[in-house]
Amino acid sequence: MAGNNPNLKPMNLTLKVWRQKNNKAAGALETYKAENISPEMSFLEMLDVVNENLAHKGVDPIAFDHDCREGICGMCSLYINGRAHGPEQGTTTCQLHMRKFNDGDTIVIEPWRANAFPIHKDLSVDRSAFDRIQQAGGYVSVNTGGVPDANAIPIPKSIADKAFDAATCIGCGACVAACKNASAMLFVSAKVSQFAMLPQGKVEAKTRAENMVAQMDIEGFGACSNIGACAAECPVGISLENIAILNREYLGAKLTSQNV
Amino acid sequence: MILDSKIPEGALAEKWEKHKFNVKLVNPANKRKYDVIVVGTGLAGASAAASLAELGYNVQAFCYQDSPRRAHSIAAQGGINAAKNYQNDGDSVFRLFYDTIKGGDYRAREANVYRLAQVSVDIIDQCVAQGVPFAREYGGLLANRSFGGAQVSRTFYARGQTGQQLLLGAYSALNRQIAYGKVKMYPRTEMLDLVMVDGKARGIITRNMVTGAIEKHSAHAVILATGGYGNVFFLSTNAMGCNATAAWRAHKKGAFFANPCFTQIHPTCIPVSGDYQSKLTLMSESLRNDGRVWVPKTKEMAERLRRNEIRVSDIKEEDRDYFLERKYPAFGNLVPRDVASRNAKLACDEGRGVGTTGLAVFLDFADAIKRDTQAKVAAKYGNLFDMYAKITGENPYETPMRIYPAVHYTMGGLWVDYNLQTTIPGLYATGECNFSDHGANRLGASALMQGLADGYFVIPYTIGDYLAQMPAARVETSHPAFEEAENNVRGMINRLLSINGTKTVDEYHKELGLLMWDYCGMARNAEGLKYAKGKIRELREDFWKNVKVMGVNEEFNQTLEKAGRVADFLELGELMVDDALNRNESCGGHFREEYQTPENEALRDDANYAYVAAWEYTGPNAPSNLHKEDLKFENVKLTQRSYK
Repeated sequence: MAGNNPNLKPMNLTLKVWRQKNNKAAGALETYKAENISPEMSFLEMLDVVNENLAHKGVDPIAFDHDCREGICGMCSLYINGRAHGPEQGTTTCQLHMRKFNDGDTIVIEPWRANAFPIHKDLSVDRSAFDRIQQAGGYVSVNTGGVPDANAIPIPKSIADKAFDAATCIGCGACVAACKNASAMLFVSAKVSQFAMLPQGKVEAKTRAENMVAQMDIEGFGACSNIGACAAECPVGISLENIAILNREYLGAKLTSQNV
Repeated sequence: MILDSKIPEGALAEKWEKHKFNVKLVNPANKRKYDVIVVGTGLAGASAAASLAELGYNVQAFCYQDSPRRAHSIAAQGGINAAKNYQNDGDSVFRLFYDTIKGGDYRAREANVYRLAQVSVDIIDQCVAQGVPFAREYGGLLANRSFGGAQVSRTFYARGQTGQQLLLGAYSALNRQIAYGKVKMYPRTEMLDLVMVDGKARGIITRNMVTGAIEKHSAHAVILATGGYGNVFFLSTNAMGCNATAAWRAHKKGAFFANPCFTQIHPTCIPVSGDYQSKLTLMSESLRNDGRVWVPKTKEMAERLRRNEIRVSDIKEEDRDYFLERKYPAFGNLVPRDVASRNAKLACDEGRGVGTTGLAVFLDFADAIKRDTQAKVAAKYGNLFDMYAKITGENPYETPMRIYPAVHYTMGGLWVDYNLQTTIPGLYATGECNFSDHGANRLGASALMQGLADGYFVIPYTIGDYLAQMPAARVETSHPAFEEAENNVRGMINRLLSINGTKTVDEYHKELGLLMWDYCGMARNAEGLKYAKGKIRELREDFWKNVKVMGVNEEFNQTLEKAGRVADFLELGELMVDDALNRNESCGGHFREEYQTPENEALRDDANYAYVAAWEYTGPNAPSNLHKEDLKFENVKLTQRSYK
């Protein structure tokens, strides 16, 4: 079947892929050929094709994380040619298409690299640290039932929209991968500022900021030095402004700490 | 076995209230003595796990993803229905109930659907309290939009990412309970078998997908919230990992599977572009609020367009056929999904399809942009337009989108009674995993509603009734039933790893998917279904002789994971075909070509098929037993569905 742009010709590529049997084993870059790749393919479909060929040759397929392939679940990762989620701005790896590459290119594919994200295998890493940070305070403490009518809490549209922008974080970890310090500040700030803006979240805003930052430190993420690589590589455009909000919330919380 | 749906007595509007009073309660101090397993952490699973933990039960939750936040509910775009009537446009619980029953082509249970409409209003309150940032008007109150199959605006939304925001809300509630120690979370863990003791569900066997460890988990009850089985078709809008394994293995242990042939083909997806394609991407139904669906009036013109001899802009207004507006003036582009899909297929079958394959129709926003400005259209649908542009390399603000139907949702699923309990005592199914609320066709924005209704507001009551009647004593995982189930799981894994054949798992999956799409997809007929049944059996036999699964169990082995799921799809696919063959009528998503009206609409046979087909597993390669639950309609009149 022809693609949408039938004039685009199939490409031949060289891949250099990080292979690592498990968390304890040493890893190395291995070279593979990706041949007859349609520019219409997504990056992950290109890897599917490579994996099918490897399987037929009896070589263990490359392990990588992926699920929705719509850019929303945050499961896919990959450090492609030195950039989190590859060369296209504002895009997850699953939404990156091969038309962004040229015939004959060499593509280097590595996993997220951060102490807080240990490697499971090849390109798959353990991001459970992110879940533990959320467990430390990324919620409003309400039980099911017994809540007020939804329209009893009016929220100005401009604030609701801003809270929404922060809430769209997909938790992929690109911010950590892109940061030279492997800091998780952008990730933490997205949740802290979403709730700090909304009346529902204000009640616990102080303890939330303190507890989530404390957990971030426990997990071994680095410090933020305000370079902004995180926001530049964020596939959903979480803004650096959130880090400023987090710093304000955190400072305010520490000055009047309720956690003593 | 006679199916007892356990629908409470009394008037429709009073059933749930009465039932909530009549169910037995577990005393607050005793709840901590009971353990509940929840498999799946999408909207249905995460909401159930959090709510049960809040009540005091000990919950063990499982998901195959690396985090519960990634369950495929996250990808739902358009919205969630609720009968709030905030718009003062005539909505009510009864209207939502009526629209859902009618939209489902009268193949859903009245009592369940009414309850769904009742609790829909509580869901919105709950989500707002959690801090879910729904769209709002300038006055600060919640905004609504309309969706297919309804003439009121009752859909709450968060741009095109409603599922994400609702799931993150449920995930946050779940996280809070994990932090309290009331939920033990097992990510990257797959359920591979159900454990039954004395005829009751008492645990599960899982595989740790990082280490391969096979583990045993015991509880007093098990809830499956594992989603649908759309990936039988290989290409679907489901996530790559979505699978039917937990539900199917429970089916093989005795849980009946209901209406497996009821699958929803969503009309607005990005068309297939090549045989390497791994999944299909949905464009939210909300786009049909402003987008107009059309194809060229003549086959000749469509052919010239496909050959790039003319451009879209060369086709004059009078040469365009806005077929949904023409055929269904009352609902226009907002007809239900099954109707929109079938009409797109008809247009393409007539040779009027567009795109290089001819398997696409246009979804055109030119009028909306002219009327409302591009900025306004972008504010509503920006992320969807971006996604389309990324995937196709085309700018949908300038050229119309090309769309084609794709498998999206499965209305069928494990049979459950009013309490959401399957035919196995102590085994519950919630959300898309069960069959209960959408009949033969689901309306847009109703899946999120059902998932959260089941998890937040139904199962916390109904499971208590079951637990209150059983002793708190735990079953140890050293019990022989656990050993036996574990041995079965290990046996199947070892078998898969020892075949060492020549065909990959994906090759089998693609072949199955194509068979299902061609013969059990948008249109079915007896001859094709019989052919497909034979072919699926051959494929399954070949799979177990010739599949290539490398590596060992005790490692991160994605091929092994897929192999087990495809093995189950190869069995479930046959049951879907059996069910489609049995149902000699057309209804909703099930369109049998032999049964249609002169206008090509679905022709139901209420006299003979107003029942739920619940299938009982009888053994490998043995025909399943059909059990019928008759559907009684006391509050709506069965009519030929008309959206004209």
